[in-house]
Amino acid sequence: MQLAKVIGTVVADRKDPSLEGIRLLVIQPHDHEGRPDGPPVVATDPLQAGPGDTVEWVTGREAAMALPRTFAPVDVCVVAIVDHAWGDTRRYNG
Amino acid sequence: MILCRVVGNAVATVKHPDFERYTVLVCQPVDPEGRPVGVSFLSVDSVQAGVGDLVLCAREGNTARQILAGGRDSPHHSVVLAVVDEVRTGGSVLAGPGR
Repeated sequence: MQLAKVIGTVVADRKDPSLEGIRLLVIQPHDHEGRPDGPPVVATDPLQAGPGDTVEWVTGREAAMALPRTFAPVDVCVVAIVDHAWGDTRRYNG
Repeated sequence: MILCRVVGNAVATVKHPDFERYTVLVCQPVDPEGRPVGVSFLSVDSVQAGVGDLVLCAREGNTARQILAGGRDSPHHSVVLAVVDEVRTGGSVLAGPGR
């Protein structure tokens, strides 16, 4: 589970039926001080997060567990929209 | 399991129901001498850990599901499962805040 900033959305018309109605977001993973960690990834979003939001996201089998249909071909999913997080030196507002 | 220092927390109102009741901690992996290694991540707390504590984290879903409520279908992927008192490696001793 890690912090990320939502930087965009993805629209896909033709997709696996288990992804029907599931929003897709582009998220940029970062650490607790806002430093980007690796390239952006596409995440499923059952929570209605939007660009600019800070989110918590999970990877692996657990990502599909957060969706309404848990047997889905998904490996990244948003599980919370962060109100605020704080680390050693600074505080973020989501 | 990963040795980490708790450096903060993350608060969320909108979240998956299985994350309600739990505190989410910002965990910075450290080496046995306490130096930060790699990038921080988030972990659900199961041992009442707090900022400054040295902890053990598991970043693996099956471990998290065994410890946290929610059962086999919960989306938990990472859990803080111990507050470390001390780590001895060779001649060095890394201590938690209570030691």
